[in-house]
Amino acid sequence: MDAIKYLDPSVQFILFSVLKIVFVFGVTMTAVAYAVLVERKISAWIQDRPGPNRTAPFFVQFIPVLGPWLTRLGIFQPMADGLKFILKEDFTPSYVRTIYFWIAPAIACVPALLTMAVIPFGSQIGGEKMVIADLNVGILYTFGIVSLGVYGIVLAGYASNSKYPFLGSIRSSAQMISYELAMGMSVVPIFMLVGDLNLSSVIGYQADHGWNILKQPVSFIIFLIAAFAETNRLPFDLPESETELVGGYHTEYSSMKFALFFLGEYAAMIAASAMMVTLFLGGWTLPGLSDPASSLLGGLLHILIFGAKMGVFMVIFIWVRWMLPRFRYDQLMDLGWRRFIPLALANILVTALVVAFTNK
Amino acid sequence: MPQLTDLLFYGFAALTLLFGFLCVANPLSRNPVTSAMFLVLTIISMAGLFILLHAFFLAAVQVLVYAGAVMVLFLFVIMLLDLKEEERRKLRKFTVGLGAVAVAAIAGILIKATLSAVPLAAGKVVEGNTKPLGVALFTQYLLPFEILSILLLVAMVGVILLSKKELK
Repeated sequence: MDAIKYLDPSVQFILFSVLKIVFVFGVTMTAVAYAVLVERKISAWIQDRPGPNRTAPFFVQFIPVLGPWLTRLGIFQPMADGLKFILKEDFTPSYVRTIYFWIAPAIACVPALLTMAVIPFGSQIGGEKMVIADLNVGILYTFGIVSLGVYGIVLAGYASNSKYPFLGSIRSSAQMISYELAMGMSVVPIFMLVGDLNLSSVIGYQADHGWNILKQPVSFIIFLIAAFAETNRLPFDLPESETELVGGYHTEYSSMKFALFFLGEYAAMIAASAMMVTLFLGGWTLPGLSDPASSLLGGLLHILIFGAKMGVFMVIFIWVRWMLPRFRYDQLMDLGWRRFIPLALANILVTALVVAFTNK
Repeated sequence: MPQLTDLLFYGFAALTLLFGFLCVANPLSRNPVTSAMFLVLTIISMAGLFILLHAFFLAAVQVLVYAGAVMVLFLFVIMLLDLKEEERRKLRKFTVGLGAVAVAAIAGILIKATLSAVPLAAGKVVEGNTKPLGVALFTQYLLPFEILSILLLVAMVGVILLSKKELK
């Protein structure tokens, strides 16, 4: 390890950045695969079914006790799913606009992955901060990138050149823009309290003053619900709504292109969970464990704490999907524009007054 | 040897110009959606230029507001309209003339600004932080800021009035 210290600082920077990018990308991809499994298992339990419990490579049956147990849990199912997506026929209908049809899935899944770049997923390991890019406008970067996510869906609907995908994409662009406003306004009070847009300082503030969820419960609720709408999850999955629009914007897609939309949705859920953990639940801190780690073990522990908090949100995302029915479109718009935006504005005003009268 | 930032500047500047050209005069396609998408790419490349100037706030807001919100609405409208006519339309002398006047006016402003610009002292970096920007907006530029806000409000009320078919 000592050899690293003698390297040029810029070489060190590139080396550490590449390592962190590979780590975050790998963990996110694995988390996406297993989030799908968790979704299938939880939905099965809610509906009183066993869920995926057979798939396993042939050699697993020779492992005593552990083998059948892992198979029943469905641990090997994501690998089979991935293989299936790659091997299925990639069918392109004759009437689509080919170029957009090809790039739309890529545009749909890239923004969610890019958002992960500013999330501080741990304190530090050996003096190296556990965040890929510690931007001083962290949150604005996130909103900027998230707002680009809508292009994937809009272009998919346009490229498909048929009714249902088009309706789905029109719905989605209106929905995502509406809820982006509510989401953006809901976090303003947080930054009024913290006094900085940098996500690391948001965590630092929470380590000193307690978690933001206690101080800004209204913000948190608006952000949580807007996150459901932004990731197109039930009860707001109107762009897909398979019972009325067949499959919405991805009706015409098959094989790996369809998988990319799927991956984008789950990566967006992971990114939204990470944002909520960072903004409202103190990031990698726990009461008593909020100092930046000095040892390797402490650093890893902080990353695990962050992962565990994210896991809680992922389960909430999945749980809600299987418990609530879908909203009607006018109800969705009404909730966004007539309830959340005024509520968020009032919250900003109240917080501004409190900050003005208590500080300085 | 040229600096990395110089290379990045030339890269982003070239991309901005290329995408901007493809947005207004794409030789391969007259599809308005393609033009809109190239405008999005132009905006994103310009955000890259802002980052090279350390104006992170401006870059983020540029992507958030223009690429993320305004252009999505553009796309929304373009996709809802029947565009066959626009794709066939030929250029008229009058519109070309008006376009040339607009370009000349903007170019004039740009050249004047470039000529009157004072180079930054060596080693000094302007940090595009949010706090100084907010302070400047609410002290030095308070009047223009408030006038702009009222202008936006007027536009908003106007849009609501126009989009309501029957007024009660």
